Amino acid sequence: MGCVESMNYEILMRDGSFKECRDYIKGHFKEYLEVVPGFKVFDIHLIGIPPIAIGLENDFIVFPYTKPCHGTFLLRVEDTAEAARLRATKKTK
Amino acid sequence: MNLYQKEGPIILSGDTAVKPATALLVLGCPQVPVQTSIALYLIFRLKKAGIVPVVAGNKAANTLLVIADPDRHYLGEVMDLDRAVAQISEKKRDFDRCFVFIHNDAGISYAATMGAISKAKLFTLIYGEHEEDLVKQVDFPCTTIAAKAVHNPLPLKKAIDEVAPWAA
Repeated sequence: MGCVESMNYEILMRDGSFKECRDYIKGHFKEYLEVVPGFKVFDIHLIGIPPIAIGLENDFIVFPYTKPCHGTFLLRVEDTAEAARLRATKKTK
Repeated sequence: MNLYQKEGPIILSGDTAVKPATALLVLGCPQVPVQTSIALYLIFRLKKAGIVPVVAGNKAANTLLVIADPDRHYLGEVMDLDRAVAQISEKKRDFDRCFVFIHNDAGISYAATMGAISKAKLFTLIYGEHEEDLVKQVDFPCTTIAAKAVHNPLPLKKAIDEVAPWAA
């Protein structure tokens, strides 16, 4: 999967701070993992204040996406293979 | 006009090739006017100190600089911000100093990211209407240079001159 524009994503939060996005993931998803900045989800290197939370719900992945002019968005994307990869990363931690 | 330019030259000193010190300037959203002016000033000071500056920003921020310096008297390499983050994260490239321009929450996120992925000495340049609140959010190791500057770059220039990060 390529850049964000080509993904079929849903925006769960916009105009929030990075910390609000992290708190949302921790508060709304039973399953999540914490990663360092630069960690790759799809082809995106995540931007944020460590630790960066990534939520998992079945085949859905919820992650923060930051742009200089638009702040941090919380995106929800369905992808079976990427969800499985992230779960495997979690187990090896 | 070529927006992006390749890496700078290696200086030959005697028999040994000496790579000059490098600095990455991470630009924020250019909606606050002082950013472009201060970026050009900082590039000027870094170059004068023998440090090779590289600019990384989004297309708008980069284009503002390129248009302001068409003969590239100050600007050297200019790169896309996402590409810079990718190259540093993947350990393909790094810098000796990193300056992150901050006037919003996204700027803090980019600075924290640079602090985590890069070995560069990190400087946060904080300005704009919310400068005081943003300074309080910096809880990672760096040198913070801050001033309540929006349209007038002089307070931020003065703060930079006091720290003299090109000499640090």
